[in-house]
Amino acid sequence: MTIHTLEPIIHATPFFEGMEQRHIELITGCASNVRWTDGETIFRQGDSADHFYLVRSGLVSVQLMVPHRGLTTILTVGEGEILGWSWLFSPYRWHFDARAQMPTYALAFDGKCLRNKCDQDHDLGYEILKRFMQVLNDRLESTRLQLLDIYGNHA
Amino acid sequence: MATTHESAAPQALNPDPMFSNPYRIQRVRQETDDTFTLEIVPADSAEGFAFRPGQFNMLYVYGVGEVPISISSDPAASPVLQHTTRVVGTVTKAMRLLARGDMLGIRGPFGTHWPVEDATGRDVVIVAGGIGLAPLRPALYRLMAQREKYRKIVLLYGTRSPEDILYRNELEHWRGKFDLEIQVTVDRAASSWRGNVGVVTTMIPRAPFDPGNTAAFICGPEVMMRFTAMELQRRGVAMQRTYLSMERNMKCGIGLCGHCQYGPVFTCKDGPVFPYDRIAPLLGKAEV
Repeated sequence: MTIHTLEPIIHATPFFEGMEQRHIELITGCASNVRWTDGETIFRQGDSADHFYLVRSGLVSVQLMVPHRGLTTILTVGEGEILGWSWLFSPYRWHFDARAQMPTYALAFDGKCLRNKCDQDHDLGYEILKRFMQVLNDRLESTRLQLLDIYGNHA
Repeated sequence: MATTHESAAPQALNPDPMFSNPYRIQRVRQETDDTFTLEIVPADSAEGFAFRPGQFNMLYVYGVGEVPISISSDPAASPVLQHTTRVVGTVTKAMRLLARGDMLGIRGPFGTHWPVEDATGRDVVIVAGGIGLAPLRPALYRLMAQREKYRKIVLLYGTRSPEDILYRNELEHWRGKFDLEIQVTVDRAASSWRGNVGVVTTMIPRAPFDPGNTAAFICGPEVMMRFTAMELQRRGVAMQRTYLSMERNMKCGIGLCGHCQYGPVFTCKDGPVFPYDRIAPLLGKAEV
C-alpha cells in the first residue's frame, strides 16, 4: 500500500514556493488536513492559537463582535491564503473569531511543533518569517486602504 | 495621444462640441443609497450619436450647471444613453430631482476610450472600484457582444458594502452565463454577507487569467487604481496593456480651458482612459 504524505501538496503551494526540500520535509511533519462545514467555528477570540492554516478551497470569515453592530466580518480568507499568525507571537491567543463561510478544506500546521523546529533551525525560521512578513505586509496595506474608506462619499 | 488603433472617432450629434443638445429623461433608477442612473433619449432627433466605451458626456442641468459623467450604457443601444452618478454636488443634487419627461443638455461624446478591440485574442481583466464600475459597463457590454473574440473575461469588483453594489441584477445575470468570471468584494459587511470581504487588490493574485496575455482596464478611486495597477504589474501584466480612467475637473471637454490639466496632459482630451505606462509617474504625486 502506498502512503501519500502532504509533502507534494505543501511543495506546490505558492506560500511555500522556493523553499528547500529539507525545510518542506520539516514543515510536513507539523501538517495535517482539516475540513470545516458551512458555518463551523474554526477558532474564537482568546482561545489558544495552536495552529495556522493554509486554505485549499472554500472561504473563511475573520470576524469581530462589535457592540451595537453585531458580529462583523473584517476579512475573508480564500484559496491559497493564510489564516492566522497568532501562533507566532506570545501569548499565542487568537485575537479574532474565524468561521467557515462554506465547506472549506485547509492544511493545518501545528504552531508549537513548527516553533520548536524554527528554534532548532534558524534558516527554516527565517524562511517561515519571510513568508509571514509578506502576509502581514499585504494585510497591513489592505487594512490601510479599508481605513481610507475610498468608496465613501467625501464630497 | 491615442489609446487604441481602432477606426475613426464616432460623430458627435452636433459638429460644434460646445453646443448642448436637448435630451429627454426616459427613466430614473435609484441604484444605491446615493447613486442613480438617468436614461435619456434625444429630444429632437431620432439618431443620437455613437460613442465608445469609456467616453463621457457633459450633462447640463438647465439653470444649475454642467458636469462630466461617463456613459454607462450599451454602445449598441444608442440613441438611448445611460449615465450613472453619485449625488455629490450642486449639479448632481439638482439632477437627482429630475424626473421622467424632464430635459437635459448633452455635449459629447468626449475623450479616449477603453481599447476593447485591441484586446482581441487576450484575457481581459476589468477591475472596478465603487462607482468606477459605471464607466466600465459599456466595455463589458461590448466584450460580451463579441465574446468569441476574447479568451477569459474577469471582472473584479470592490465596493464599500453589500448595499453599495451597483447593477446587482445585471452582475447576477452575467455571472449566470458562465463565460464571465465575476468576483465581488466589500470593505465591510455584517456576518450575514456570504461573499468576500477585503480590498479589491487582494483578489488579483488568484484571479484566473494569464498575465502574459492580458489586457487590464481599471476604474475607481485614484488610490485604488494605483494599488491595483501595481498588483497587476506584480502578477506580470504589462504596463502598456493596463489602462486607467482618470477623473479631474473637466469643463470644456476639448482641452481648451485647462481645468482638467493633469501634469502634461488634459484629462478630457488625452484621457480619461490612459495607458498605465503613460501616467504611472504622475500617480500619487501630491503636486499634480
